[in-house]
Amino acid sequence: MDPLTVTTTRPVAPETSHLDLLESHAAFVIREVAAECERPVLLFSGGKDSAVLLHIAVKAFAPGRLPFPVMHVDTGQNFPEVLAFRDATVTRLGARLVVASVPDAIARGRVADPGPLGSRNRLQTTALLDAIAENGFDAAFGGARRDEDKARAKERVLSFRDAFGQWDPRRQRPELWNLYQGRVNAGEHLRAFPLSDWTELDVWRYIEREDVALPSIYFAHERAVVRRDGMWLAVNEFVAPQDHERPQRRQVRYRTVGDATCTGAVESSAVTVAEVVREVATATVSERGATRADDRFSETAMEDRKREGYF
Amino acid sequence: MVSDLLRLATIGSVDDGKSTLVGRLLVDTRQLFDDQLDAVVNASERRGIGDLDLAFVTDGLRAEREQGITIDVAYRYAATPTRKFIVADCPGHVQYTRNMATGASTADLALAVVDVTHGLREQTRRHLCIAALLGVRHLVVAVNKMDVVRWSPTAFRSVADEIETLAGDLDFATVVAVPTSALLGDNVVETSDNTTWYHGPTVLAALEEAPASSWASARGARLPIQWVLRQPGGGRTYAGMVAGATLGTGDLVTLLPAGIVTRITELNTLHAGSVASAVPGLSIDVALADETDAGRGDLLAAAPLPRVTRTLEATVCWFADRALGAGSRLRLKHTTRTTPVRIDTVTGVVDVDTLRVTPGDELRANDIGILTLTAADDLVVDDYRENRVTGSFILIDEATNATVAAGMVGYPGFVASPQN
Repeated sequence: MDPLTVTTTRPVAPETSHLDLLESHAAFVIREVAAECERPVLLFSGGKDSAVLLHIAVKAFAPGRLPFPVMHVDTGQNFPEVLAFRDATVTRLGARLVVASVPDAIARGRVADPGPLGSRNRLQTTALLDAIAENGFDAAFGGARRDEDKARAKERVLSFRDAFGQWDPRRQRPELWNLYQGRVNAGEHLRAFPLSDWTELDVWRYIEREDVALPSIYFAHERAVVRRDGMWLAVNEFVAPQDHERPQRRQVRYRTVGDATCTGAVESSAVTVAEVVREVATATVSERGATRADDRFSETAMEDRKREGYF
Repeated sequence: MVSDLLRLATIGSVDDGKSTLVGRLLVDTRQLFDDQLDAVVNASERRGIGDLDLAFVTDGLRAEREQGITIDVAYRYAATPTRKFIVADCPGHVQYTRNMATGASTADLALAVVDVTHGLREQTRRHLCIAALLGVRHLVVAVNKMDVVRWSPTAFRSVADEIETLAGDLDFATVVAVPTSALLGDNVVETSDNTTWYHGPTVLAALEEAPASSWASARGARLPIQWVLRQPGGGRTYAGMVAGATLGTGDLVTLLPAGIVTRITELNTLHAGSVASAVPGLSIDVALADETDAGRGDLLAAAPLPRVTRTLEATVCWFADRALGAGSRLRLKHTTRTTPVRIDTVTGVVDVDTLRVTPGDELRANDIGILTLTAADDLVVDDYRENRVTGSFILIDEATNATVAAGMVGYPGFVASPQN
C-alpha cells in the first residue's frame, strides 16, 4: 500500500473509560514483565481476580499464545467447581498448567500434615516457593489488589522477593512513574500485581463488560452450610460439622475463592453478574472480612504471611 | 475540566498529621467497610490510644503501628458522588523520601499537611520541591492542628502565606489553603463552626473541584514499543502505551532512533479493536505502512519529534545511601529501553530553602541534584516538562539491582542557575 494513501473509512474513537485505563495499565505491566524477565508464571487459582488477570494477559499477546505458563497452588482441599473451571480454562487457552501441590509437599516430607482440623493456608507458601525454585521462575503474576488488605495496600506493583522468598516491607524498591524494573539476581524473584489499583467493584464491572467466565460458586446457589467464626462454611468432604454445629441449607455465594476449609460464603440472591455488581456496590463488609478465616488469626495475619512468601 | 479520577499524594513532614487527615477523609466520607473500621478501633484500643487512631486506617504495617509513623506509601481508593480518588499516603521521614517520590510520581495533586504550630519545616519544603519537580501542578494545603492554636486566624494566615509564596516560586498552578483539625474533623469533610472567619472550601470540596492536569504537552504523540505481535499471514503489529498526545490511524510517524518515516495503517485498542485514535494511557498495537525492523526499546513519534542522544543533562533525586559522583557506572531504564550509563559530571545540589543550585561534585542520600551522563546506546528523549513518559528515567545499581534514582531530562524551571 502507498504510505501516503490514507484509508478513508476511519473507524471511530470511542470514549475512554476508567475500566479502559485500568485494563491498559494491567496489560502494560504484563508486557513489561514478560519482556524483562526470563521465566515468568501467572498464578491462577480459579478465583475472579486471577480469571480477570488471565483474561487481560491473553488479550495483551493476542493473536499469539500466552508467552508463559500458569500455576495453581493446590491445597488439595478445593471446591470441585473451581478445579473443573481451572481445567476447562487452561484447555480452552492451550496454556501450560503447573500445579504446586500441598499434598505432594506433605507426601515428600517438605511440610507436616496439619490434620483434618488444621489449616493448610501457610503450607501453600512452601509449595509455592518450592515450585518457583524448581521451575526457575523469576517472576510470578498475581491478582492481588491493594484494596483487599492493609498490608497489600503497601505493596509495589512489582514486588521484590529475596532468595528466601521473603517480602521486606521496610526495604521496598522505589517505583517511579510507569518505569517497572524487573532485574533480579539468581534465586531471587518478583511478584507482579497488574490489578494493584483495581477495587472489587472494578473487577466485577470488568467481568460484566468482558463477559469473563467464572466458577459457578460466585453466583447464588443453595448449599448445606454451618455457622463458624461468624461465617457460613460449606459442609463437604473437607469440612464436617462439629458437635454444636447444625447444618442448614442456605442461598449463598462466594465473594472470594480459596481453600475450602477457610473460605466462607455470604448469603446472597445474586445469580447474574449484574446482580453481583449491585450487591458489591452496596456491601458494608469487606470481601476478605466476610469470607476469610485466614486473615483473622491476628491483626497482621496478611503481613506476616506475605513476609514469608505468601501470595 | 474536572476529570473523573484524581490521583493525589499526601506530602509534608513527619507528625504533621498526614495519615490522620487521610484516615479522617476516608472515615467521614464512609469509605471504610464496617469490619475495617472495627479493626482500626480494636488496634487503637490494644495500644492504649483511646477510641480510634485515624492514622491506623493507612498505617497498616506492624512496625508502623508500633512506632506511630508511616514507613511506606499506602494506596487507598475512594469515591464520592462527583469523583473517584486514588490516595497515596506517603511517609514524612527524610530516610523514606524515596517512598514519597514513589507516591508522588503518579499524582495529579499534592495534599500537603502542615502543623500550624511548627510552620513550614525543611522536610515539607523538600517534599514540595520534589512534587513540583515531578510535575505535580496542583496543591491543597491542610494547615493542621488549628485546635491547638485555638482557631487563630493570624496563625493560619501566617503559615498559609508562607506556603503560598513557596508554591508560587515552585510554579504550582493552583494552591488552596484550608484551616483544619484532622483529629477533630474540622474542615476536612464537614465545615467547621470554629472557623467562621474562613470562607473557603473544606479539604474534600477542594479535592473534588481541583483540576487534574499536569503541564500541557507541547510535543507530539509517542509510542514506546514494548512487544512485537506476530499476526496471522506474516505481518506484525507493535504494542505499547500511548504517551503525550492522541495517536491516530493514518498519522505520519517516525521510528526512532532509526529515523524511518512511515504511517500508521491500523490502530487497535484492547477493548474496542480497530479505532480511529487512542488517548495517552491506552495500551494499543499499531500496524505500519512500511516494513521495518522495529522492536522493543524503539519508539514511534509524531512531530514535533523527540531528540536522539547519548548525552543528557538531567535532574535526579538520589535515593541510595552511598554518594554519587562523576565516573559512577549504572544502568538506566528509559521508556522500554535499558542501557549502561556513566555519570560525567555532578553539577550541584538543589538547596530546598533557597531553590538555588549549590555547586558540588557528589549527591548524598535524598539530595536533588543536577548532572550530566553518557549512555552506551541512543536514547530518544523529550524534556520532562514536555512529556512525563519520554522525559523520565530511573537509575539502577548494577550489583544489587536496586532502583537508586529518579531522573528527569532537563533543568528544573524554578531553580536558579548555578552560575553566579
